[in-house]
Amino acid sequence: MSDRGEPTVAGWGNLAVPGRELLSEDLERATRAAVLSRGLGRSYGDSSLPPPSHREVVGTRLADRILHWDGQTGLLRAEAGFSLWEFNRLFLRRGWFIGSTPGTQFVTLGGMVASDVHGKGHHSHGCFGSRHVRSLRMRLPSGDLVECSPERDPELFWATVGGMGLTGHILEVECQTQAIPSPWIWSESERVDDIDQFIAGLKEAGKSWPFTVGWIDCLSRGKHMGRGLLDRGRWATPEETGGRSLPVTRRLTLPVMFPEWVLRWKLTTQAFNTMWYWRHVPRVKKKLCHPDSFFYPLDAILQWNRIYGRRGFTQYQCVLPEEAGHGAARRFLDLLTRRGGASFLCVIKDAAAEGQGMLSFLRPGISIAVDFAVRDDTQRLIDALNELVIAEGGRIYLSKDAFTRPDHYAAMDPRLPQFLAVRDRIDPQRVVRSAQSVRMFGDPP
Amino acid sequence: MRVVFLGATKGMGRALARRMSERGDQLFLLGREAEELQRSAADLAARHPQHAVVGTHACDLAVSSTFAAALDAAEAALGGFDTVVVTAGLFATQEAMEADAALAEQVLAVDFTGTVVFCEHARKRLLARGGGTLCVFSSVAGERGRKPVVLYGAAKAGLSRYLEGLDHKFRAQGLKTVTVKPGFVKTGMTAGLKPPPFAGEPEAVAQQVLRAIDGGLPVVYTPSIWRWVMLVIRWLPRFVMRKIGF
Repeated sequence: MSDRGEPTVAGWGNLAVPGRELLSEDLERATRAAVLSRGLGRSYGDSSLPPPSHREVVGTRLADRILHWDGQTGLLRAEAGFSLWEFNRLFLRRGWFIGSTPGTQFVTLGGMVASDVHGKGHHSHGCFGSRHVRSLRMRLPSGDLVECSPERDPELFWATVGGMGLTGHILEVECQTQAIPSPWIWSESERVDDIDQFIAGLKEAGKSWPFTVGWIDCLSRGKHMGRGLLDRGRWATPEETGGRSLPVTRRLTLPVMFPEWVLRWKLTTQAFNTMWYWRHVPRVKKKLCHPDSFFYPLDAILQWNRIYGRRGFTQYQCVLPEEAGHGAARRFLDLLTRRGGASFLCVIKDAAAEGQGMLSFLRPGISIAVDFAVRDDTQRLIDALNELVIAEGGRIYLSKDAFTRPDHYAAMDPRLPQFLAVRDRIDPQRVVRSAQSVRMFGDPP
Repeated sequence: MRVVFLGATKGMGRALARRMSERGDQLFLLGREAEELQRSAADLAARHPQHAVVGTHACDLAVSSTFAAALDAAEAALGGFDTVVVTAGLFATQEAMEADAALAEQVLAVDFTGTVVFCEHARKRLLARGGGTLCVFSSVAGERGRKPVVLYGAAKAGLSRYLEGLDHKFRAQGLKTVTVKPGFVKTGMTAGLKPPPFAGEPEAVAQQVLRAIDGGLPVVYTPSIWRWVMLVIRWLPRFVMRKIGF
């Protein structure tokens, strides 16, 4: 709610606009004249928010039925609001995992397609939409209901994968899931001293481990710049688990918005980052790990976004391409620390093949993600980071963004005209649009 | 339990059916649309393949001639049932029903007459087998005449009284009647309405209702805070009720 009692809707960064979710179990009916659909609202910025002239977006999370499950092959078809959390709850213990998981399980299948999500397994399993989705049922901006796949109207399919929900409403998703040997993860966590070691370590670990991720303390500078923990993981074998059954994870909820000084006080972030770095004293720690704590550590605290207070926060995630070399990550961190972009954990990942979606975020290189509370100078900070990313030949992730200028995004993504051409074909009037597409792609407000 | 479930395709019914199926209850689904029933049956089967849905049959609360055949089919497929759950019903806002007399008539007919007549069919069959549980979703809207729910509340008030009477009359013969009185719950039915402070989620409602069915509680307010909210509302004098918009 805003101060005047007018309902508001926000992404995960808590940057709210006037509006509300129209929840429905019947997406076919609800999307008939709708401007946009959203899932669980976990994109950080304005991609799931209505354009300024609209107040309602369709919320898909009640449309959560599994329509088909093949226990032999792992082929799943479900309504777009079916969540990854529910999938894991039902199928992990039965020996199945989603093809590619993002860092939270509170996402819907529809949202996972629209953002073409990636995760710790990007180098081995690719992005969700690009590699694991077989078919989509959609309501097009024209109102027509269609099925599309890599074979059937591939142009529509690949514009929809990573297309931020701008090509129409995703109603049903069919995807291939993966058989796993046990529901447990065997993980190794290693302390790393600086950014160069980090990148080398990620590339090396990627050769033999399906899941890798790095957590960087981005407050340390100089020779410690980029120190942090490198986590590696793989599914444990049944022998390693000793037949232990997977317990249900308990979660805490952050009940209230934190006051803003908590994070403005640099000591808070510093203390947190130092604690994380010294999470384990031995240089390498090996253990059997619950997939919830390995893949989704932040999900343990529901509403953790409240820690950033009422002004909200944004996440900045970019990919720095292989061609830019190891130095690129150092240059990025250097700029970030100089500009005082203090962040709780900064997440660094190894990115492999580019997704096939026309706007899929990742391409071969290094992905870096940092959170910061919104302040008066956030726009300037993001402009500066974007200029560096453009110079390095990288790009940003639309699902995280609320600040990037349209000319900056256009300079980052040469595939944009192709995507817009598909929209010209299926939606010349821009019936389907979001706050982000108005801001970024010049859609009518 | 062997359960006949009318209204498992949506909202609180969907959540409750999933919980029942998860713990191994056998379900036979009734509803208006065959395709919707199929989709929900497939959903339950995929979630808990070891306790798949036994079958489905069309049944429409607005058409009382569908009741007997639907319950016959359920009886045959389940080999007799011991529990009947009714979560189906219609909702429309007071403004919409004031503007459209036909809509008002339809809501009153389904939420009161249709539901009561269906329960009469179910009651006889349960009693014939020595009793069981009849769990029906009414609403807190029936607790007091209130401005925003004059018509809907009237139908639900009638339904609640009927269920109360059933419980008084037949509990000694083994028929437990469970009246569920949900407050505001975030489902497709309430989409577009502004949620009040203690709006509930369907999963939490389902958990609470299942406990009530197991314990044979005659009345469940859900979320539970509505018991106290309605206690206050019931005691408010008329001059206050005329003033407030609640």
